[in-house]
Amino acid sequence: MRRIGIWIAAGGLLLGTAACGGTSSGGGGGGTPKSQALSVGFVAEPANLDFTSTEGAAIPQALLVNVYEGLVKLDQDGKIVPLLAEKWDVSPDRKTYTFNLRKDVKFSSGAPFTADDVVFSLDRVKSDWKLKIKAQLDVVDKVEKKDDSTAVVTLKKPSNGFLYSMATRLGAMFSRTGVADLANKPVGTGPYTLGSWRRGDSIQLNANASYWGTKPPLSSITLKYFKDATAMNNALLTGGIDVISAVQAPESLQQFADPNRFQTVEGTTNGEVVLSMNNSRPPFDDKKARQAVRYAIDHKALLETAWAGRGQLIGSMVPPTDPWYEDRTGDYPYDPAKAKELLGGKTLNVKMRIPNLPYAVASAQVVKSQLAQVGITADIEPLEFPARWLDVVFKQGDYDLSIINHVEPRDMGIFADKSYYFRYDNPEFGKLLASADEGTEQQQSDDLKKAAKLLSDDAAADWLFLFPNLIVAKKGVTGLPKNAIAESFDFTALSKQQ
Amino acid sequence: MTLYLIKRLAVLVASTAVAGVVVFAFMALLPGDPAEVALGVNATPDAVAALRKQFGTDRPPVVQFFDWFGGLLQGDFGTSYVTSSPIGPQISDRLGVTAVLVLGGMLVALVIAVPLGTFAAVHHRNPLGAAISALSQVGIAIPAFLAGILLVFVFAVQAQALPSGGYVPIAEDPAQWLLGLLLPWLSLGLVQGAVLTRYVRSAVLDVMREDYLRTARAKGRGSTGALWRHGLRNASIPVVTVLGLQLATLLIGAVVVERVFVIPGLGDLLLNGVAGRDLLLVQGVVMVLVAAVLLINFVVDVAYRVLDPRLR
Repeated sequence: MRRIGIWIAAGGLLLGTAACGGTSSGGGGGGTPKSQALSVGFVAEPANLDFTSTEGAAIPQALLVNVYEGLVKLDQDGKIVPLLAEKWDVSPDRKTYTFNLRKDVKFSSGAPFTADDVVFSLDRVKSDWKLKIKAQLDVVDKVEKKDDSTAVVTLKKPSNGFLYSMATRLGAMFSRTGVADLANKPVGTGPYTLGSWRRGDSIQLNANASYWGTKPPLSSITLKYFKDATAMNNALLTGGIDVISAVQAPESLQQFADPNRFQTVEGTTNGEVVLSMNNSRPPFDDKKARQAVRYAIDHKALLETAWAGRGQLIGSMVPPTDPWYEDRTGDYPYDPAKAKELLGGKTLNVKMRIPNLPYAVASAQVVKSQLAQVGITADIEPLEFPARWLDVVFKQGDYDLSIINHVEPRDMGIFADKSYYFRYDNPEFGKLLASADEGTEQQQSDDLKKAAKLLSDDAAADWLFLFPNLIVAKKGVTGLPKNAIAESFDFTALSKQQ
Repeated sequence: MTLYLIKRLAVLVASTAVAGVVVFAFMALLPGDPAEVALGVNATPDAVAALRKQFGTDRPPVVQFFDWFGGLLQGDFGTSYVTSSPIGPQISDRLGVTAVLVLGGMLVALVIAVPLGTFAAVHHRNPLGAAISALSQVGIAIPAFLAGILLVFVFAVQAQALPSGGYVPIAEDPAQWLLGLLLPWLSLGLVQGAVLTRYVRSAVLDVMREDYLRTARAKGRGSTGALWRHGLRNASIPVVTVLGLQLATLLIGAVVVERVFVIPGLGDLLLNGVAGRDLLLVQGVVMVLVAAVLLINFVVDVAYRVLDPRLR
């Protein structure tokens, strides 16, 4: 009997030490403050580190601009600015781009960066890349070295999309001697180099001591990956991480409302949350029915209810950071009476097949109730994303309405493909896009404004809202990239005040 | 005994093979095409077809099955669709983490259950013993992931005493490794401990009513001493059986607890694989889990015979 007593005491002791064992370290992982290191929480982990052969936004998000650099990059306002090229000239026929390269650049392997690497990297897109997006550089005819610090790219035809593509992963500069093991050992010219990668957990980037530009303020950055949004929120609350790169649901912002501990940064993204309509089958093959849907939705109320008012109303397929953005929310103001009139007193029954993602589920509830007001009954059917949604909606086009965030930059072109799941077929729209790409920058802007207006007038779809970029960080973290409009999460200015 | 072992081994091998067929069939029935998922919303039909060819998913299912199962027999789990790297090493990396999680949870469960269960049995007639019984009933009703969420809230978010998640390899920092594992171990162990407490209690109660204990007491031992010397080994027999079954439950619990605590174990790998339709990876992980459960059962059956001479 006495012995059993001792056992229980021992058991209790174990639990007791568990409960107070952590106090000595001063909180989980937050231990002694390392002034020179920060950790940032992300949800999607790269499958591997090779964005030349593996799809997935997580890879360029971690590596582009931070580890790999291109000749140009996209700044926070959506402008193309110099990076490894100090400047560039475009010939009068808009087919030849001459890039003047910086002369003081080295790869993290120590190899110097020259025009040879530009030729090598761009030729490699054609020969070795396995991604579908490599087609964006099909317009390139040849890449030549004029001298060590001058590279000349000749296009088959004028293309405004070319330079923009050069600011994406397609324009990343690789070393001729650094592509042996891209999946695990990236070699770039950027301010950070790969330190270590613990699969399933985190990637550590270390400051590149021989960086050509402004040295990054931090000695290292850890990208921590969470499958679960709650776990990521908890990690910030308990000091396990310093930054949440993107809050998954706006209601979780309440936990971080204390301004003495946290800061919230709201910016924009390229993500248009589209209420897709199947343009090829009844009822939405009829323009009037599509217009009725657009009039029936009170977008302001929807944004308040579904996404806590975070985000922006846009009215067409262009985000505000693109030069040809125009506010098109006035095209179809909320007008249920007009919606009913367009339906001519008919009632409709439609299938709303949505991905099982928080924003889509929340928006679908509001859309359903607003459509019911004008006589459209929408059956919501959530499908597992990505697999099921891709199969049923995207591939087979078996849907009437869907809701999905189209995150790709400058992706208005998807409406030009009549086999794309919108099944929108308007040759006029395709012509505008083609002439925009081949014209001067002014023409591009004019044509794309027309194209966005055409999509809106046609009610090819409805644009519920622009997905917001919501970053939460500990107080004192500075240099957070407010807008998520490029492929990378730019760490170059990130710092922490002591 | 030898004959029994051979029989038992044959059953083990046969059930593993059947499991392989079942796992493969389930994966084949899972909606969603790995190639489509890998390419996302910018896929063209040509690109999808090319990728299917590359994955080998354009071949008849029977061919795919024998290709996969034949590889397994040679210890080759194939290559992941998503990461294009071999699956075997990925599984072995993660298996270690999950094993540590499961064994730690088991230890916590034992440390809770053996003393409490024995105490509750010895004192089954007084309120304290009854209270322990009631408490264990409550514990059984709480799933491990819920226990995890509650523990994170109390110890990490509110008290800021322990990490809310994450995993540091033991080689890197043993102290942080231990701290990070305390809450996951507790989440798994508390629930399993509650279940086990009830088994220990009833096993000890059964033993206490046995003749040999009366004999021992008659020979002048105190009741506790008698239990100690003669009772516990006998009481351990049914407990070992339950322990084996519980290991399987723990393994499944670990899959969920890993998600709550952001621990890069097998469960984490499995859930990623399902979401990305990395079918070969999912098949590999499930096979390892199934094989582990079958192996545990095998060991329990054999241990049972070793512990209880009456069965030989």
